[in-house]
Amino acid sequence: MSEKLNNFIKNLDVSPAHFQQKAAERLGDLDFPTTKDEYWKYTRLGKLTKLELSKNADPDRLNLTKHIISNDYLVVVNGFIREDLSQYSKLDFEIDFLGSDRMAEEAFFDKSLNKKDVFASMNSAFFEKVISIKIGASKINEGPLQIIYVSKGEHIISNTRLFIEAGKSSQSEIIQTYITKESTNSFTNHVTEAYVAENAHLRINKAQLEDDSNALISTEQIHQEANSVFKINTVTLSGGLVRNNINIAVAGQNCETHMNGAIVTKKNELIDNHTFVDHQVSNCVSHENYKYVLGGKSTGVFNGRVVVQKDAQIINAYQKNGNILLSDHAKINSKPELEIYADDVKCSHGSTTGQLDDEAIFYLQARGISKDNAKKLLVRAFIGEVIESFENEHFEEYINKQLELIHGWNN
Amino acid sequence: MLDKEEIRMSRTLLDIKNLHAEIEEEGKAILKGLNLSVKAGEVHAIMGPNGAGKSTLASVVSGKDGYEITEGSIEMDGADILELDPDERAKEGLFLAFQYPVEIPGVSNINFLRTALNEIKEYRQEEQISAKDFMAMVREKSALVDLDPKLASRSVNEGFSGGEKKRNEIFQMAMLEPKVAILDETDSGLDIDALRIVAAGVNKLKNENNAVILITHYQRLLDYIVPDFVHVLADGQIVKTGDKSLALELEEKGYDWLN
Repeated sequence: MSEKLNNFIKNLDVSPAHFQQKAAERLGDLDFPTTKDEYWKYTRLGKLTKLELSKNADPDRLNLTKHIISNDYLVVVNGFIREDLSQYSKLDFEIDFLGSDRMAEEAFFDKSLNKKDVFASMNSAFFEKVISIKIGASKINEGPLQIIYVSKGEHIISNTRLFIEAGKSSQSEIIQTYITKESTNSFTNHVTEAYVAENAHLRINKAQLEDDSNALISTEQIHQEANSVFKINTVTLSGGLVRNNINIAVAGQNCETHMNGAIVTKKNELIDNHTFVDHQVSNCVSHENYKYVLGGKSTGVFNGRVVVQKDAQIINAYQKNGNILLSDHAKINSKPELEIYADDVKCSHGSTTGQLDDEAIFYLQARGISKDNAKKLLVRAFIGEVIESFENEHFEEYINKQLELIHGWNN
Repeated sequence: MLDKEEIRMSRTLLDIKNLHAEIEEEGKAILKGLNLSVKAGEVHAIMGPNGAGKSTLASVVSGKDGYEITEGSIEMDGADILELDPDERAKEGLFLAFQYPVEIPGVSNINFLRTALNEIKEYRQEEQISAKDFMAMVREKSALVDLDPKLASRSVNEGFSGGEKKRNEIFQMAMLEPKVAILDETDSGLDIDALRIVAAGVNKLKNENNAVILITHYQRLLDYIVPDFVHVLADGQIVKTGDKSLALELEEKGYDWLN
């Protein structure tokens, strides 16, 4: 194991469970990626890897009222599930908090995670308990289940793990909110695995509101069976380093896959979204739309990879990435990666980066709207296209409220 | 002593004196000592050949970036506006109907107008308008220019036809009730029916307390909105002023005879 990695995890104990011991062993052969690795080309991890971190099961009661947007919610503080702060009915979602020994019995658990990925392996070695959510066959859940991840304190590492099995013909939504309470120089390393069974509809809405000295790396490993619809919306409004790795294997025909992102920054944030849709079979559609509004000295990274495997015919893959730079010091690295091995495929991608339209600002000003407010209206409209596609009013309201609190945008 | 009516009639709403302006980047002089005085209750038409500076005049008065005023003054209702931002000029009661209204995807017509109206009211220390009153106003004013109220809730000018865009400009003018409205080639690109509707809207909005300045290329608009004064703008100056008959003369003879 590299000295750097060894130093990084030196305060963490590995559970005696076989699964986690194995994962820890794997770490011995791994190291942190550098910008020489194509997958991490634009994202430096130097600051994160130098942090000295430890676990802390914080017992405090927390007031999370402002962040609760669903009747059913689970609270996780520093990687520890807090049943005392959670509230949920087992009628809609089958929820369990399980150790790795129990999870290892699940057919789909850990199966498709990249074992060479240092962060996914670190998560496997050090998570406390897995939140396992099963949605029964044909179960239609009107309300979403929310999971609130809280970082609290200084120099804390949280390895959080979520496992979702959306049963045949079920319909449900999971909201994940990442928030902080007096948290600095901390790191959340999250992994979600989701198995979307035949004809199931699953939507994940993520709101990431980390502290500007914190890092959040989130890896989503999704598997879609035939006729299923999967949608994941990611909103990032703050955070020193935020990296999302969304990997979706579309393994059944007639699937729909949607990925949307809304990113707003104002300081030194580095927000990196790597998405990967693997079209393994025919007759599927994937839609992707990520929008960044970057201010201050922040950096955005967008890497959208789409693979259409040989014999996966009649695929329609559509990708869009739009960026507005609000300052001369903000920057964006945007890269589509389309690998198409089939011939009857419709793939399109477009990336635009620019400043706000001066003519539009003047038009609004000429009607009596101040320049600042005119800019806000335009930026709001730009990102609004993504936010309005979330299909959950409460989540949209929550995002709008956070835009007001964090970025001073009012509606 | 003057009676009240006479005092009002004599109020000067826009007073431009010896205005010199150039395009900032090129240092090219466009306006070269322009004088124009507009009183309450008046309609002025400004005509002139291409490149005379008509649209520059509209841009400079409304405060658009990219122009440098090298000499002269612009006063609105007695107050110097040269140092004001475009939105502050609008708040003081200036309105510009754009020759090419800008499409703004994602910003609804209604939303932005309400923001504008409330900002203006705040500036004037007046009470904010309620949602209900605002919507009633939208219905009333959109009817004035025969604008489908559905368009009012769409994104600003997005996917509007040429005629709808121009009607939307006059609808906005009706909503904001300016003291001085400059209509920059509002007639261009309009068919005769649309022109009639737009003109009728403007005629309904004009009264003894406001003033309208029509910048136009063609006499035909002036058949529908009858001006009190017609000015000819050539090479950055007003070279001739007359009544509405001047417009007919220009239509017949062109601009060459003025030199």
